[in-house]
Amino acid sequence: MPDAASSGFDVAYVARLARLELADEERARLQGQLEQILAYVDELKNVDVSGLPPMAQAIEACNVLRADEVKPGLPHDDVMANAPEHRMGQFVVPRIIE
Amino acid sequence: MAWQADIGLEVHVQLRTRSKMFCGCPNAFGAEPNTQVCPVCLGYPGALPVANEEAIRLTVRAGLLLDSTINLASKFDRKNYFYPDQAKNYQISQYDQPLCSGGHLDFEVDGAPARVRLTRIHLEEDVAKNMHFEAASGIDFNRGGTPLMEIVTEPDLHTPEQALAFLQALKQVMQYGEISDCNLEQGNIRCDINCSVRRAGDSALGTKIEIKNMNTFRGVFRALQHEIPRQIRELEKGRPIVQETRRWDDDASRTESMRSKEDAHDYRYFPEPDLPPVRLDAAVVEGWRASLPELPAARRARFVTALGLPEYDAGVLVADKEVADFFEATLKAGAPAKAASNWIMTELMARMSATSEAISALRVTPAALASLIQMIESRVINGTTAKDVLGIVLAEGGDPKVLVQQRGLAQVSDAGAIEAFVAQVIAANEKSVRDYQAGKPAAFEFLVGQVMKLSRGKANPQLAREGLKKQLG
Repeated sequence: MPDAASSGFDVAYVARLARLELADEERARLQGQLEQILAYVDELKNVDVSGLPPMAQAIEACNVLRADEVKPGLPHDDVMANAPEHRMGQFVVPRIIE
Repeated sequence: MAWQADIGLEVHVQLRTRSKMFCGCPNAFGAEPNTQVCPVCLGYPGALPVANEEAIRLTVRAGLLLDSTINLASKFDRKNYFYPDQAKNYQISQYDQPLCSGGHLDFEVDGAPARVRLTRIHLEEDVAKNMHFEAASGIDFNRGGTPLMEIVTEPDLHTPEQALAFLQALKQVMQYGEISDCNLEQGNIRCDINCSVRRAGDSALGTKIEIKNMNTFRGVFRALQHEIPRQIRELEKGRPIVQETRRWDDDASRTESMRSKEDAHDYRYFPEPDLPPVRLDAAVVEGWRASLPELPAARRARFVTALGLPEYDAGVLVADKEVADFFEATLKAGAPAKAASNWIMTELMARMSATSEAISALRVTPAALASLIQMIESRVINGTTAKDVLGIVLAEGGDPKVLVQQRGLAQVSDAGAIEAFVAQVIAANEKSVRDYQAGKPAAFEFLVGQVMKLSRGKANPQLAREGLKKQLG
């Protein structure tokens, strides 16, 4: 079975960054599946891109900007409608520990 | 063993725009929690951001004022992390193509010139504010999504004093450029500190410690005053510094560990797919460059060379843009430079520091101050009366000329009237007259004071002195 050491990809690390809890069996299965996907995407490295400028997006658009104008937002009651808990106008979340 | 500290700052500056970075919600401080929010800044799925062009202009303007290279091709990226201040679980920021690269700021530390190089200036969205209840935390998204500019410096600072002077100079540039209000109470400028120490002569920087979320310049100064010796103490005890994030506890006057770096800082940046890249037009940028304001250092030099002010006066006036503007408006209204500077630096600034008011909030206008100074110059009133008149204007408002007229405060320069005051004072103060004639100069000053008192401060002091000398022989 492939593992993090041979491919440089560690599913446990990525899962921790994404706050996902994986069982041992899931971790082993996903490690293998994701490595296959990465290997598939790696084929793109064979394409000759010398002479092409790097691009971050596939669309040609640029400078889609807005003027600095204030627009009405959401009424406060609507904002809070789906909040599991709110107090003094604020969303209540588990205590943040820094 | 001598040690050297190396300090770099990441300064976050809130931009002076009307609306937020990626939506039309107001960018305004002080509203009730969660009343300036919409699907975009609350991170609702499917809501699409659109960048605010004014925020881009202001960031480029900051770069131009700080001699940065303006990157005509720029883009936004996602910085991924989990924290309740960010509903999307990512912050839109700029990673490898910031709007501005490099640059520097020249400033002075105790009269000595200093320069800090900048790494970059990028634009991002601010995060929500959280506050702590007893067993839970509350989140207010009003600040979430407001435009935030981050200025990153090279580790060119070496002392707490330099860091403080740099921040003050940077704040001046931001205010002069009308880029940010830089109101510290409202959190307009916040910064993170990177600080390390090394043995003098070592070429490599030491392991850096990050101190996060500094809200005041004084806090930065004090945190460094404590953190630098702490690192030196650790190293001298043979304990290596481990890279970590610390928090400054101002009450306890110490930094404390917040979290270790490890993988908490693997932000997995990638290009923001919801925002097309930004391509600036070189001609537009040059137009912005042409409209840059005069910076504090240049204005100060001009006050000295063109207006003949002492260095000290120029420095004091220029430190606050509004004060310098007030000063120049007073000159335009007809006051001589040095007199205007004296009145502003003494009477007006004393009032400002007593009441914590900005100069624009005072009831005296540049025109009123100029007319007051003109009345002194043309000897309509003397300096003492002028101070009283200014006191009235500061307290109640009004036109100094009208006040002098209405209250009969004009100086008495009539020779006959002054002679009468002098004669009265001589008759009533025989002992002082004898002391004066016995060669005691203090007695003369006393008699001058009596003439001024008798005239209720209105006698022309020069004429009073001359009159006394004449009558005393």
